[in-house]
Amino acid sequence: MGLSKDQIAQRIAQELSDGWYVNLGIGIPTLVANHIPQGVNVEFQSENGILGMGPFPFEGEEDADLINAGKQTITAMPGASFFSSELSFAMIRGQHVQLTVLGAMEVSDNGDIANWKIPGRMVKGMGGAMDLVASAENIIVAMQHTNRAGESKLLTNCSLPLTGVQCVKKIVTDLAVLEVDPERGFVLLERAPGVTIDEIRSKTAGRLVVEGNIPEMQL
Amino acid sequence: MSTTKYISKVVPDATAALEGLEDNMTMMFGGFGLCGIPENSISAIREKGTTGITCISNNAGIDDFGLGLLLHTRQIKKMIASYVGENDEFERQMLSGELEVELIPQGTLAERCRAAGAGVPAFYTPAGYGTEVAKGKEMRVFNGKPHILEHAFEAPFAFVKAWKGDKAGNLIFKGTARNFNPMMAMAGKITVAEVEELVEVGQLEPNSIHIPGIFVQRIFQGVDYEKRIEQRTVRAKSE
Repeated sequence: MGLSKDQIAQRIAQELSDGWYVNLGIGIPTLVANHIPQGVNVEFQSENGILGMGPFPFEGEEDADLINAGKQTITAMPGASFFSSELSFAMIRGQHVQLTVLGAMEVSDNGDIANWKIPGRMVKGMGGAMDLVASAENIIVAMQHTNRAGESKLLTNCSLPLTGVQCVKKIVTDLAVLEVDPERGFVLLERAPGVTIDEIRSKTAGRLVVEGNIPEMQL
Repeated sequence: MSTTKYISKVVPDATAALEGLEDNMTMMFGGFGLCGIPENSISAIREKGTTGITCISNNAGIDDFGLGLLLHTRQIKKMIASYVGENDEFERQMLSGELEVELIPQGTLAERCRAAGAGVPAFYTPAGYGTEVAKGKEMRVFNGKPHILEHAFEAPFAFVKAWKGDKAGNLIFKGTARNFNPMMAMAGKITVAEVEELVEVGQLEPNSIHIPGIFVQRIFQGVDYEKRIEQRTVRAKSE
């Protein structure tokens, strides 16, 4: 049994450091905000133009002029600020945001990521993902280890159109925590409770590096 | 002392604001999703029947609202956007080849608008390097990192929406409805601003103005704002 989506988010939240500005993508990354460790103060940036994004509003308090990049209604924390798209991406390209967490369809073992297009099937657009992955110093990918067909999403080369090259630093899946070493491949750091190294190996198509004792994740 | 003077930008309504708008023009539309979109201008363009439009907008609306309204009437020839999900009619027209689509990274879209308004013809950005976005574009390495050359847009018309504006065209936005509106206001040769509340000159606090009136050529008091919410998400009230 691997991790639930919420547990993947919980594990990623352990990576947050006090004082960081963090951009969370749509899907699993959004859930990270629910698991901020005690004593860690972070501010969430949403690229449509808010720093200090708060939780969803109470029913009846939704404001059409206050949404996140997933077009969901949100609230603003005390100390929040609003800004234009141009300034938002100045924050991102200028590396003022310390961590970007986003989902992916495929990641290659040198850190390439594909998450915006399936030719002939899904063409929704890249939104802010290309700007984020091209500039962020620290990128964590949150995703399932395999796709719906059971095929590995951790590959030698991405088969789908790329979002960015050699940019992913860390991956948290339902099965494992891995670091990307562009020279060597996916370095296995932790496994989900009850998941064996053999299972991770069989579901990782790209180069996998297993060194020493691999501990279970602490959730 | 002379009496107070200002350059009035006021036009009576959305229809009047479209003077000079012709078929086959490039137009910018502010907004992110359905948040901060120029609802009145979109309706007036639909009414006017302008066709062959090249749209520069972050999104393409939904099936029955926002720019989706102009897609239904086949008024849009080409869409330049960063994200176009949530719109079946859009997808149908794109896959059938009726609609031309150019997808570009969101930050690049924003900066190409800003550059247009700021007199910067082109700029380098790392976004899109190594992807299909970089195809055919000049590449250059700065500080050991590859960047691609992107050009400023050109737009004869820009349609933006603000919360408050005065008769001289000064604008104040609200919440995340600001998004692409400021830099599109800068970029348009003719920028049409519609506002929820049009006030007399002098009633807006100069320190609070987000976009100075110099960037706005026409302003009108908007009516009947629907301000639709795309994804209504709430949390339960806990004791």
